[in-house]
Amino acid sequence: MDTMRDRLAPVLSGLLDEDPRVAVVLAEIGADGFADALRRHPDRVINVGIREQLLVGAGAGLALTGMRPVLHTFASFLVERPFEQVKLDLGHQGVGAVLVSAAASFDWPAGGHTHMAPGDVALLDTLDGWTVHVPGHPDEAETLLRHAVAAGDDKVYVRLSVQSNAEARPVDGAHLTTVREGRRGVVVAVGPMLDAVLDATRGLDTAVLYAATVRPFDAAALRRAVRAAGADVVLVEPYLAGTSTAAVGEALHDVPHRVLGLGVGRRELRRYGTVDEHVAAHGLDAGSLRERITGFLGGAAGV
Amino acid sequence: MTITDQRGDAPGHAGLPRLMALMTGDEKHGPAATSTLDVLWVLYDRVLNVSPDRLDDPQRDRFLLSKGHGPMAYYAVLAAKGFLPEGWLPDFGTYDSPLGHHPDRTLVPGVEIGSGSLGHGLPIAVGTALGLRAQGLHGPRVWVLTGDAELDEGSNHEAIAFAGPAGLERLHTVVVDNASARHARPGGIAARFEAAGWSALTVDGRDHAALHRAFTAAHPGRPHVVVARVEPKSS
Repeated sequence: MDTMRDRLAPVLSGLLDEDPRVAVVLAEIGADGFADALRRHPDRVINVGIREQLLVGAGAGLALTGMRPVLHTFASFLVERPFEQVKLDLGHQGVGAVLVSAAASFDWPAGGHTHMAPGDVALLDTLDGWTVHVPGHPDEAETLLRHAVAAGDDKVYVRLSVQSNAEARPVDGAHLTTVREGRRGVVVAVGPMLDAVLDATRGLDTAVLYAATVRPFDAAALRRAVRAAGADVVLVEPYLAGTSTAAVGEALHDVPHRVLGLGVGRRELRRYGTVDEHVAAHGLDAGSLRERITGFLGGAAGV
Repeated sequence: MTITDQRGDAPGHAGLPRLMALMTGDEKHGPAATSTLDVLWVLYDRVLNVSPDRLDDPQRDRFLLSKGHGPMAYYAVLAAKGFLPEGWLPDFGTYDSPLGHHPDRTLVPGVEIGSGSLGHGLPIAVGTALGLRAQGLHGPRVWVLTGDAELDEGSNHEAIAFAGPAGLERLHTVVVDNASARHARPGGIAARFEAAGWSALTVDGRDHAALHRAFTAAHPGRPHVVVARVEPKSS
């Protein structure tokens, strides 16, 4: 199967052909895929070199002239390194852009900690007005990329990963969807965590919701699910554990509830290896998830 | 030079100290408060193709004040040129005033960027020049004002190094040099821009005629920097 990132250059190249507002800004990473688009649109495919502050600043300048900039590099260099540019050049200037990251939390474990960004979504949570898409399959990535570019002048983050579910789900860029009905607890699986969550909850009477868009958080859908299945909520996120517990707390502010936030740990592992080894090390494989989910839900899950 | 000494609705250069006094409460201003004043005046009076009735005109020039500290001179020039009412000046910095100690583009007519944190204007100006070029808007010029100490921020050097080889001819930088950079070398500012392929001129930042010549000098195919030297901040 191809990866989400394999879809990036073909989708954006098509959008460059269709929409004169679209500009793609790169900082060397990923530039090879845009060679043809660069020939067709030399003024709208811009590679600034290994300069990530300029990547975001120039994107903001493009937006100030009325264009729809799409910025792409690894998450650690797109959100973390130039974070003040994201905060000020986009947020404070009042302009929008689409930020598309790759490498996610540990897509390249052999590359080590410098190329891991489990904190990207949590960082964006300190800012106002961001839409955050976390696709779980290359088809969903394609849909959400188009959705992001078409979202007016909104600030949109699209988090691409090599982690993927086996099958794509219908995604609309806004809502949680119900994957499995249940009466005892609600598990919210984010993006590529869905397959492991479905494995982990097989035979349990828990509801499973799927989120490919986590900001704004679909509070109404969670409240509906909680009314049917009770207010024990487990979040399973492919980035920093607990990133969305505050969003769940806001959604259920007037409902007594319990929340377990599962995801990538804060502690630096200082390990290389494979994605599967890192999934297991953070307790995000189906076996570990089942243990932690049933431990939290206890008898309520109907094990 | 279009200087008038009358204290009318649209005062000229001679009226600027009075406008600044509305914010500072003092008609006498030291070099730090006025380091940018002559540069701003010459730009707005004789160089920039901007006016208060064309704030959203795609063909307007873009002036980006990157050095957002000490914006009284900027607000005074904007008031003198009719972008904002003189009546806003006395409330400078108060809760209900649109005029802060760093400007906010969403609050002040004619202000193209909010600034304050140093080193953001030049990268944004690069993107603005790219965006105008991509839309076939080859007339408007992009100007960005930085301080010499502001160039300590590395983000500027990402922009300087890119803009020269990219041939951003419509991009202009004016560096107001009041010798406040911590680890400076003589001639270092112009040399760094020139090494990146920019056209560079260094002039007396108080000499209106010299500023105007430097601002309007031809620089085909290259971005252009004017280093405007004023009194050292520490003198």
